Amino acid sequence: MAYSEKVIEHYTNPRNVGTLNKDSKSVGTGLVGAPECGDVMRLQIEVDENNMITDAKFKTFGCGSAIASSSLATEWLKGKSIDEALTIDNMDIVEELALPPVKIHCSVLAEDAIKSAINDYRVKNGMEPIEMPKSHH
Amino acid sequence: MELPIYLDNNATTPLDPRVLEAMLPYFTNKFGNAASRNHAFGWVAEEGVDYAREQVAKLIGCTEKEVIFTSGATEADNLGIKGVFEMYQDKGNHIITATTEHKAVLDTCKHLEKLGAKVTYLKVKEDGLIDLQELEAAMTEQTILVTIMYGNNEIGVIQPIKEISAIAHKFGALFMTDATQAVGKIPVDVNADGIDLMAFSAHKMYGPKGVGVLYVRRKNPRVKVTAQIDGGGHERGMRSGTLNVPGIVGLGKACELCRLEMDEEAKRLSTLRDKLENALTQLEESYVNGNTAHRLPHVANISFKYVEGEGLMMAMKDLAVSSGSACTSASLEPSYVLKSLGLSDDLAHSSIRYGLGRFTTEEEIDYAIENTKKAVNHLRDLSPLWEMFKEGVDLSKIEWAEH
Repeated sequence: MAYSEKVIEHYTNPRNVGTLNKDSKSVGTGLVGAPECGDVMRLQIEVDENNMITDAKFKTFGCGSAIASSSLATEWLKGKSIDEALTIDNMDIVEELALPPVKIHCSVLAEDAIKSAINDYRVKNGMEPIEMPKSHH
Repeated sequence: MELPIYLDNNATTPLDPRVLEAMLPYFTNKFGNAASRNHAFGWVAEEGVDYAREQVAKLIGCTEKEVIFTSGATEADNLGIKGVFEMYQDKGNHIITATTEHKAVLDTCKHLEKLGAKVTYLKVKEDGLIDLQELEAAMTEQTILVTIMYGNNEIGVIQPIKEISAIAHKFGALFMTDATQAVGKIPVDVNADGIDLMAFSAHKMYGPKGVGVLYVRRKNPRVKVTAQIDGGGHERGMRSGTLNVPGIVGLGKACELCRLEMDEEAKRLSTLRDKLENALTQLEESYVNGNTAHRLPHVANISFKYVEGEGLMMAMKDLAVSSGSACTSASLEPSYVLKSLGLSDDLAHSSIRYGLGRFTTEEEIDYAIENTKKAVNHLRDLSPLWEMFKEGVDLSKIEWAEH
């Protein structure tokens, strides 16, 4: 199976690789997946006092599509409010990266990582957590 | 040096140009049907097949009459196992095999279970070898066949074939081996090893795809298998179908080349393999999978902890290797062979198999070493697991989301 050009591009030049201080109140961290399944994503957001995402970082253990999905997610997150960020759907990632059906789970994981990072931020800052979608993989 | 570099010789091997040369006339002016007994075209084709049969027999130490040509090792495995089960059903219905066998053996056994066979799947030890005492304990009066592979396709370990065949014979059972990865790579002698049936194929030893052999012993004991393909009664009635003459000629030539060049080739390949392995295990948290004393000369299977195999292969785009990770398959299950060794799923997902071959050069191995190191380091920089490991976090204590 050949990878799409966009997957290869993100994989070769991943955006926003790195680590934010997970103990900071302005940082939300999502760690999803499991090593046994061959995918673990850690996605972090830095949020300002207006609930705007000013920075996003990721690290991913997984295949090229998983790495590309999380790289793309960090790009999309920056500049969005935490409410807007919730509207990012895994199928948007599938479309943008032209993921084949066997790789859809990578986009699902990225969506889970986004929601989980937002929840971490919300809970840290005294907001109700949003309901997490049921893991579909 | 040309890129990409082919290091997947356990999947298939390139055709040796000398093999191709031997085959070519049999596509054109020597095109006859080897079963045509009444004219020169048939005789010429038959001569080619007879000579190939001799070349095959010489490589594995049997007689020409014991060589049954098939379409490949999968068919040979099917014919051997199903053929014995059908032929010897008055004697018993029990078959013993191992969990690390090729799917051609495992799925055939599963099929026979539906038809009334009892199958024991022996577990392997963490080095990939079966436990001989467990084998002996599993033998019963009903056991008609023990089928254990010679060399493993993923990790290259070589089973103690002589000891296994001795146990099978002690209990009056036949011994069969899928020797697809071993024949042509290391000395395999059906008499010295006590083998009654043996499957292998041409394309793993620099011959063409679509042709293989089932060796069926004719003496001490005389083994019979029930044909699985009916028709013109070719191959002593065990495998009907017009013979693939060019393929068979190519297989014969491939066997001859392996017989003549095997010793030197095995030394050269194990030296290159060791170089690769020694260099790559210098990387932190990298492990060789399988027994390293009893194994084929041309395979290295290494797990690079905290990076995922498929992602890793993508970073090594100039290397054609394979991974025990199965992120592309619908099941997402990593290699069942590696799991049989007791490897945790994450280590199985982190494995890469390097399969060296006749045309692998030292320059290519040097390139593979550098390329792999770079890729592993790159992916570890991206890996949250590597970061946690470096921070001293115990990953087994984390509650991972169910997947």
